Amino acid sequence: MTTSAPLLAVRGLKVVIGGRHILHGVDLDVAPSGVTALLGRNGAGKTTTVRGVLGLLPRTGSVRYDGDETAGMTTHQLVRRGIGYVPEDRGIFAGLTVAENLRLAERDPDPAYDLVHELFPELKQRARQAAGTLSGGQQQMVAIGRALLNRSNRLIIADEPTKGLAPRIVTEVAFALERAAQAVPVLLVEQNLALVRRLAEHCVVLADGRTAHAGPAADLLADAEASRSLLGVGRRATTPLGPKGGDH
Amino acid sequence: MSTVVLLTMTGLGLGALYFLVASGLSLIFGLMDVLNFAHGALLSVGAYAAWWGASNGFGYPLALLFGTGVGTVAAVALELGLIRPLYQRPREQVLATVGVGLAVPALLSAIWGADARTFPVPGVLAGTFTVLGAAVPVNRLVLIGAALLVLLALKLFLGRTRHGLVVRAGVEDRAMVTALGIDVRKAFTLVFAIGGAAAALAGSLAGLYFGSVDPTQGSSLLIFGFVVVVMGGLGSVSGAALACVVVGLVQQFANYYTTSGLGDLAVVVMLAALLLVRPSGLTGRLA
Repeated sequence: MTTSAPLLAVRGLKVVIGGRHILHGVDLDVAPSGVTALLGRNGAGKTTTVRGVLGLLPRTGSVRYDGDETAGMTTHQLVRRGIGYVPEDRGIFAGLTVAENLRLAERDPDPAYDLVHELFPELKQRARQAAGTLSGGQQQMVAIGRALLNRSNRLIIADEPTKGLAPRIVTEVAFALERAAQAVPVLLVEQNLALVRRLAEHCVVLADGRTAHAGPAADLLADAEASRSLLGVGRRATTPLGPKGGDH
Repeated sequence: MSTVVLLTMTGLGLGALYFLVASGLSLIFGLMDVLNFAHGALLSVGAYAAWWGASNGFGYPLALLFGTGVGTVAAVALELGLIRPLYQRPREQVLATVGVGLAVPALLSAIWGADARTFPVPGVLAGTFTVLGAAVPVNRLVLIGAALLVLLALKLFLGRTRHGLVVRAGVEDRAMVTALGIDVRKAFTLVFAIGGAAAALAGSLAGLYFGSVDPTQGSSLLIFGFVVVVMGGLGSVSGAALACVVVGLVQQFANYYTTSGLGDLAVVVMLAALLLVRPSGLTGRLA
């Protein structure tokens, strides 16, 4: 757990779907700055945790955001308090254009199109293209662009933003998240431990719907035995990331 | 030739009525996953309100506005009072709309009787005009014009406004719209109001087309409204526009060239054949 007052504090989060207990009591703190990684093996409950926190799934337990309990809030009320969300499946509206996908996320009077287009120039070039016709990497750029669009955001939640992407796109996504984290804290759900190593200061590891570990990310990743037992991987599994613009 | 022209214009007029019913139905289902069996009741409310207005000296344009307005208010009340509390209970929601769909005609029968009431059609709309030798009733043109205006208005709303953008996105992924910080319930109410207005307008215009209003008119038109929605593709306004033309024409021509009543069967057979070939309907997407 982090030492300074967390921006997001989750205690005893439980989610039941179709009578099946998916989360049994997750505790999670997101530091008020930097990147907090949410790790775990497949099926550990990472995405369910994120969706539960945002109120996209019915849940019990305490979720405090910016000091306030969110139990009575709807998803849109919580998000409007300054959360940018990149869902695991990207959540792209395939029938809308790139520009319309971005416009839909606008909440600020002065959206940060300059930042989004600087990070992902392709989105400007493809503004009128239907988002459903983009490649997976380009769709991920739209998803991340939407999360970065509002300067008033106080937290970015990115759920496996590099999943299934080509190495060159992973590098671009990593750079974008790194830039975002300079301004707002990021909760990063990720399986790519090289990315976690590069970006995250803190980490929380889930196992079987419970919090199994919390602490500095570097410490966990430096401990091969702990990484293997909690994440099912050794240090060799962490492939390095290239610089932005690299030709991987 | 004149018979073909007359059948075509009558088919297009009927198709226009179907479009007005189906466009709202399609948007409501596409965005909200609500099978609104009370949609016919909204049409009936609009029809009776327009009839009441026209019978009490409103003049037809004002009666039309009155009917549409009353239907819109009824739609908003229905969404806020009955549909919204049941969003998490789809089965109860269907039952509730079926109940309203049955209760409203019963209520109208109780107040004004079960027999059809003659709609006071203004003289200017009671005549005919000649096209290629066919004497076509003027009201067909009014219906077609109204449907085209509604189609244009819906296209502009969906394509040019932020509310329309939210509706189009909501049809694709409602939860994701919410996750972007948008209160999708406002879009629900708006779409219900638009759908109710279009249905009530259909009801007000149905008085012109049929020359009378009766309590079951809405239920009868609703069946073909559903056929048009399914044929056009759930959530697709353009698909509904295309399907309503096909349904109206097939119904009229089949009724005339075979046996009266066979037009309905022809429409159902056509729907079944289409769904076998294209399960998502003619377009399968919004606008």
